[in-house]
Amino acid sequence: MLRPGEALAVHGPNGAGKSTLLRLLAGLMRPAAGRLLWEGKDALDDPPLHARRLAYLGHQDAVKAGLTGAENLRFAARVSGGSVAQALALMELSALADLPVRLYSAGQKRRLALARVALSKAPLWLLDEPSNGLDTAAAASLGRLIEAQRGQGGMVIAASHLPLALERAGELVLG
Amino acid sequence: MLTALIGREIRLALRHGADSVAAVLFFLVVSVLFPLAISPSPAVLARLAGGMVWVAALLASLLPLERLFGADYDDGSLDQLLLSGLSPVAVAAGKTAAHWLLTGLPLLVAAGPIAIMLRLDPERVAVLLEGLLPGTLTLSLIGAAGAALVLGARRGAMLLPLLVLPLATPVLIFGTAAVAADHPRAELLLLAALLAAALPLCPLAAGAGLRAAAGS
Repeated sequence: MLRPGEALAVHGPNGAGKSTLLRLLAGLMRPAAGRLLWEGKDALDDPPLHARRLAYLGHQDAVKAGLTGAENLRFAARVSGGSVAQALALMELSALADLPVRLYSAGQKRRLALARVALSKAPLWLLDEPSNGLDTAAAASLGRLIEAQRGQGGMVIAASHLPLALERAGELVLG
Repeated sequence: MLTALIGREIRLALRHGADSVAAVLFFLVVSVLFPLAISPSPAVLARLAGGMVWVAALLASLLPLERLFGADYDDGSLDQLLLSGLSPVAVAAGKTAAHWLLTGLPLLVAAGPIAIMLRLDPERVAVLLEGLLPGTLTLSLIGAAGAALVLGARRGAMLLPLLVLPLATPVLIFGTAAVAADHPRAELLLLAALLAAALPLCPLAAGAGLRAAAGS
């Protein structure tokens, strides 16, 4: 169980089931047994409603090479009502906003995917290997992003095969 | 939000261009090949034009189907779409609408000049277009359902035409029959009936396919 402002770090070796757990929590997969509860009620009774309560970062970046950084976030911004410019600034991508993503490096694409999470005002963030490909400065931005989300009473569940710098976080070790 | 999804699809297609432009180019090139292969004689062409346009349009609308959901499935965007708060059925319906706007509508626009080039009787050109309007819509619906169902399957690209073409044959039969008929009202009504049946059923099937692909 996760309360507002709390975080959970999911650890485990490759193939332990971290991504599967996050996809289950996102409602993308149905559990074969057991239930997923949100405030005591089955979260999967209304999948679109559950989807609006969360922001999901998969292990893929889900960005389109032909669109610019800002254009990539436009649909997510329409869904969440957030500001694209602000989200790009948070991940220090403002200078690259109008460049097509095919020119981005792997780390910059990851930062763009994180900027999409930052756009969302959803209470629960599900992050699958969020620090993959990030340099030290971007990892620090990610840390600030997670702290800000928790500061606003949001919850974060992050899966990683490497130790994540999450303060005061619960820990779940798989495998 | 559905309009935002359709807008996203159109912007993507305008940037990448290739898939939808390729379908219309394929349609044009195939239609030009028919007279070369069969006979340039106007009498022969006029008799075959309706069927040639329909077959070319059917095959052209199949071309971009594999990438319709495949591209989003491969790069993780499909998960984001399914978590946007839209139901899987709505995501499928939006993508289907985008497929028709980007493939069906350009085919419809190109079909008139091509039919005239193939010496189809002008009165029958009007019937051809009247049939192609519900016809291309139905093909987009059936095609999107097929594309969603084979998503994540091994050799999906091979399965897709095998699944979609048999389902599309009634559209082809009534569409070409309308062009050949002296009083095409019945055939056109049947095409409209096929569209009316596909409109609620195909997005349901496609939505189930998308959910299954995300959960696998």
